[in-house]
Amino acid sequence: MQSDIKRLSLILLFAPFALWIFLLIALPHIGMVILSLREKVAPRVYEFGFGNYIDFIQEPIYWNTLLRTGSMSILVTFLALLIGFPIAYYIAKIAGNRSKGALFLLCLIPLWVSDLIRAFGWILLLRETGVASSFLLWTGAINEPIEFLYNDVTVVVGLVYTVILFMIVPLVSTLDGMDDAMVEAGYNLGGSGFTVLRRIIIPYAMPGIVSGCIVVFMLTAGSYLTPILLGGKNSSWFTEQIYDQFITRFNWESGAAFGFLLLAFTSLVVWLGLKLTGQTLANTVAKS
Amino acid sequence: MTVTDTPDLECTAVCKDFGQVRAVDNVSFQIPKGSFFSILGPSGCGKTTLMRMIAGFEDPSSGDIEIKGKSVLNTPPNKRNVKMVFQHLALFPMMNVYENIAYGLRCVGTDKATIDQKVKDVLERIALPDVGNREVHQLSGGQKQRIAIARCMVLDPDVLLLDEPLGALDLKLREAMKIELKLLQHQFNTTFIYITHDQSEALVMSDHVAIMNEGRFEQIGRPEELYHAPKTAFVAGFVGDSNRWSGKVSAVEGGKAKVTTDAGLQMLCQKRDGSDLSAGQSVNIYVRPEFISAKRADTGAAGDLNAIRGKVDSVLFNGANSRVLVRGPSGELIEADVVVTGSDSDLRAGDDVALSWSDQQTMCFAT
Ligand SMILES: Nc1ncnc2c1ncn2[C@@H]1O[C@H](COP(=O)(O)OP(=O)(O)OP(=O)(O)O)[C@@H](O)[C@H]1O
Ligand SMILES: [Mg+2]
Repeated sequence: MQSDIKRLSLILLFAPFALWIFLLIALPHIGMVILSLREKVAPRVYEFGFGNYIDFIQEPIYWNTLLRTGSMSILVTFLALLIGFPIAYYIAKIAGNRSKGALFLLCLIPLWVSDLIRAFGWILLLRETGVASSFLLWTGAINEPIEFLYNDVTVVVGLVYTVILFMIVPLVSTLDGMDDAMVEAGYNLGGSGFTVLRRIIIPYAMPGIVSGCIVVFMLTAGSYLTPILLGGKNSSWFTEQIYDQFITRFNWESGAAFGFLLLAFTSLVVWLGLKLTGQTLANTVAKS
Repeated sequence: MTVTDTPDLECTAVCKDFGQVRAVDNVSFQIPKGSFFSILGPSGCGKTTLMRMIAGFEDPSSGDIEIKGKSVLNTPPNKRNVKMVFQHLALFPMMNVYENIAYGLRCVGTDKATIDQKVKDVLERIALPDVGNREVHQLSGGQKQRIAIARCMVLDPDVLLLDEPLGALDLKLREAMKIELKLLQHQFNTTFIYITHDQSEALVMSDHVAIMNEGRFEQIGRPEELYHAPKTAFVAGFVGDSNRWSGKVSAVEGGKAKVTTDAGLQMLCQKRDGSDLSAGQSVNIYVRPEFISAKRADTGAAGDLNAIRGKVDSVLFNGANSRVLVRGPSGELIEADVVVTGSDSDLRAGDDVALSWSDQQTMCFAT
């Protein structure tokens, strides 16, 4: 009797969560997988088969784009970590208590503007007739206007700008929990600034670094607006291919296959990253 | 001066200002080699600030700090051979015990075999030979304490600084660690500077104690000196228990001062060397409870002693440290140590008593 009540309450408590997971995450993905395994043999006639995946492998443009998206995302993640870490350290450890909140808020400001508006902001700055080019013309550093848009550097810069916040937040929260005395002990026992950073601060911040990197990598690899708007036609971002399949070619089967491939690929990269740094998802989530 | 009597640490007129606040004010002292030196003072008197200056985490506003005869003002903290045990120990949680101890050795580039040997040695010396592979969170409070000390001692420091390292421990463990720390200091034969606001820790463990108040050193001396011959009123009040009266000097004759307390009691006190009491001066008088003898009033008091009559308010039984609270003639409570034997002759609440003490045990300070 007692145990029945317990079980019932457990089920009742657990039900919304299970429903959420099932309806919003599992179901659509199962649908995607099924969709992606349908081959078109004639108009409106489908057969079960791996045709869509075979198409992907046989067409170098597709997997090149996927690899390119992956490596650019890794670069963006790395840059975000490189730039975000000192900022997070400053906010968490060096800034006074009062400026801490203000700085944190400052980091959040870009979030208040939509992705789209932010990208157009960059376009305003960087296009041929934009602010940067005009300014350089005016100072006489260049003789004719330069197009800063539509190249990889711009895409990377734009992406780093968009995602860096998601690196800073987990880093600040882990670094915040670090006792200052630990850093001082590191120096006191004879460590140089570099040793203290490498042996004490970074290992301590590792859970934050890992969770920040995962979030940033996933966001970057799955982003759509920024690469398209800042990179133009030649950005060759994988999400663009997916969009293309679904909307332009109306080939849902192949779009679903691509979508699933992106998910599998990014999961693989994250898994590899965790293996290489010797971290587990469990202790990352538990600590940060 | 020969090499042998160069003090391990010498501070000369060290001051530290934080904006308007003067945290450390003109502190000078030297610590001979291999001694256990405590700095005792109430919370906020600048102990930690002083220690952080010695370790190099703060720069003095003025004054000089010398370690083994060399000024270290321009030496960064990681180059000073002064190690520190932090209040919350600051063991590195991402390393195991072995790595924690080896960290400092690795920083100076010791080779692997030597590190192994030294870590093993130091673990044996602190009587924890088998904990090398444990994680920090798998240790008990007292064990962590010892690891924190071992982590410093393995580097063979000139001076070891300890900032209230027992503060985080429970009472029982503190008592045990007190003795253990003293033993460890003997064993390593290194100069320890121990910061505390707990006087029993300071008195029990130290060769020398400095009493600090509001950024200044009030007195430096051996524990028994501080207890029996305090130089200032603050030291008399801070170290050990005492009864206090305030009053005015009514006359000075033959090395003794007659004082009339605010409540009108007459007391006689011996002038100590260097104190200049004169008639009319307002003073504070301190008398320690163990020097006051409490007897039933009917037994009568001796001649030239200070004497007060009162009524026992309560008896605080604590074995050998039992004490009576006596309500004096002007309503103040006076503490006096008594021996409680369990027989009929013991004092009980409500008894009339005569309190008496000698003029030599009456400490008198001008206010
Ligand atoms: N970084 C700082 N900035 C400003 N004032 C400070 C700073 N550090 C300490 N103080 C002030 O200096 C004084 C001495 O502080 P300190 O930490 O040395 O006290 P303490 O003797 O160690 O006290 P406790 O026993 O409570 O640890 C205090 O009044 C404190 O407010
Ligand atoms: Mg302190």
